[in-house]
Amino acid sequence: MYVAVKGGEAAIRNAHTLLADRRRGDRSVPAIRLDQIVEQLALAVDRVMAEGSLYDTELAALAVKQARGDMIEAIFLVRAYRTTLPRFGYTRPVDTGRMAIERRISATFKDLPGGQLLGPTFDYTHRLLDPALAEETPVETPARRVEAPEQTPRVTDILGQDGMIEADGELPEGSETGDLTREPLSFPLERDLRLQALSRGDEGFLLGLAYSTQRGYARSHPFAGEIRIGEVEVELEVAELDFPLTLGRIRVTECQMVNQFKGSSRQPPQFTRGYGLVFGQSERKSMSMALCDRALRARELGEDITAPAQDEEFVISHSDNVQSTGFVEHLKLPHYVDFQAELDLVRRMRAEHERRDGETSDTQEAAE
Amino acid sequence: MTELATYNFAYLDEQTKRMIRRAILKAIAIPGYQVPFASREMPMPYGWGTGGVQVTAAVIGPDDTLKVIDQGADDTTNAVSIRAFFQKTANVAVTTRTAAATIIQTRHRIPEAALQTGQTLVYQVPIPEPLRFLEPRETETRKMHALEEYGLMHVKLYEDIARHGHIATTYAYPVKVEGRYVMDPSPTPKFDNPKMHNSPALQLFGAGREKRIYAIPPYTEVVSLDFEDHPFEIQTFSQPCALCGAKGSYLDEVILDDKGGSMFVCSDTDFCEDRQAKGHRGHLSANPAEAAE
Repeated sequence: MYVAVKGGEAAIRNAHTLLADRRRGDRSVPAIRLDQIVEQLALAVDRVMAEGSLYDTELAALAVKQARGDMIEAIFLVRAYRTTLPRFGYTRPVDTGRMAIERRISATFKDLPGGQLLGPTFDYTHRLLDPALAEETPVETPARRVEAPEQTPRVTDILGQDGMIEADGELPEGSETGDLTREPLSFPLERDLRLQALSRGDEGFLLGLAYSTQRGYARSHPFAGEIRIGEVEVELEVAELDFPLTLGRIRVTECQMVNQFKGSSRQPPQFTRGYGLVFGQSERKSMSMALCDRALRARELGEDITAPAQDEEFVISHSDNVQSTGFVEHLKLPHYVDFQAELDLVRRMRAEHERRDGETSDTQEAAE
Repeated sequence: MTELATYNFAYLDEQTKRMIRRAILKAIAIPGYQVPFASREMPMPYGWGTGGVQVTAAVIGPDDTLKVIDQGADDTTNAVSIRAFFQKTANVAVTTRTAAATIIQTRHRIPEAALQTGQTLVYQVPIPEPLRFLEPRETETRKMHALEEYGLMHVKLYEDIARHGHIATTYAYPVKVEGRYVMDPSPTPKFDNPKMHNSPALQLFGAGREKRIYAIPPYTEVVSLDFEDHPFEIQTFSQPCALCGAKGSYLDEVILDDKGGSMFVCSDTDFCEDRQAKGHRGHLSANPAEAAE
């Protein structure tokens, strides 16, 4: 006799107990602490904050630990927490021109006000595994600038002074910046929402699309005008006060791509821009975002839409890794009711096919 | 309840529930129309019922009795998980009995027992747009709905007939609601389509990842698309349920061995158990004396 499978509840409970066991691993190895993750796996924490859209290093570290290092799972944990938080208001736009800079490079100018500053980068390291790191070895104290330069203007502001490059642009009078976490997206999007989606979009997905634009699928002749990493102040306007309140500082990475544009009968030739801004330190993500942003401006700039990276609905609908992973992995859920329906149809069609085959061979025999 | 102190009744905050209820009211006012809503990230993955869970969370109250099914069964893992979620966050009564439930959240099936006035059936929907596989762009499909331009769907069904001799859609079979909107019934087998027509229950559809809610109010006309010479037909099974002997219920095929042996049993576990309790027997069920022991 067939007994319908019962005990899903017990199975789930046991699976989760096993998961917790595997997460902890060998008990003779000390458990990893959140401050260790924050300090020593800082770029993992940054990615979780960026794509989780929540700036909190400790929560991100907790998510990394809970997810056993699975980044998308950690991002999902942070998102599901973030969505329950009340909104007190929207901060003023951060002023990256006043950033406390840790790294700043421009690929378009040899030198510029504020200087080039390599900062903590993997660039120019030789990718040789370092056996010394396997042990706890003392680390040298890094050199620091004696005094910070008075001003480090953004490259786009330098180029913008003589109209060589398009300006930052303004939202139309009276329009409010959208919030994709509070309103459903409706295509076509304005650039504010598109940039929000890109900023929380999957690093790998955007990297691949950005790469495709370099290989000829919507080529935009990009130059890394400037990449800067550092801390910016977050300010909130409070109704009772006539000055903005500083809430704190966050680390961000900003990328300004400078791209070619021919100009038109109405406009003189001018460089165009693609923009990337993400939480934490991630040049790869901010550069990919800037390339994708530029490609997605095709409609606005009157360019032919020929490549995937230019297709707003395609890119934005598929850039969110929490959505993507959920729907791809939902194929693990039972589908046997639908499969039964398909089985039934295929069986019926096969039977009809056999009958037809039989009829044809009968006719052939008769003819012979 | 201490561990839950930080979450509201049924998880969602009241502002979010209000937003979802507004979308639901709009959906009820325009049967079959997909209402965009600001779907939230839920603590379960997109594609695993987040739309249905948000709809249920928005309509459930402390006095409700909830039933959750997946593939017609109350004991499939995801149904167990969603039921446990509402027990934990809303502390509501749960049941496996269709007749005892005030809200039934479902994935892929409509219960066999006829629903009653006052009951709400909440569907989990993966792809709410019936035209999506004909036209991937939302900007285009919204236009097609607005203009009632459904020719493409009929062409697709016609091409099925030309190629296979049948309409080759067996689940998520498109319906027209109240003579206006073509609607995706979610991936239920077409066997269940007739149950949607003139149902006394309220039917709500939630698609979390795609951020859409739609509805069929009670006693609404729901017609499966077809042609005069190829009328809509539901699946029929050549044998009754092996456990309860039911004819005319939707059956799952259970593989018994690796030599092609299989048996067919009701996909609706409550329906099947209820029939067995009333003494109905199929050819593979234990005899009543054994069962009693």
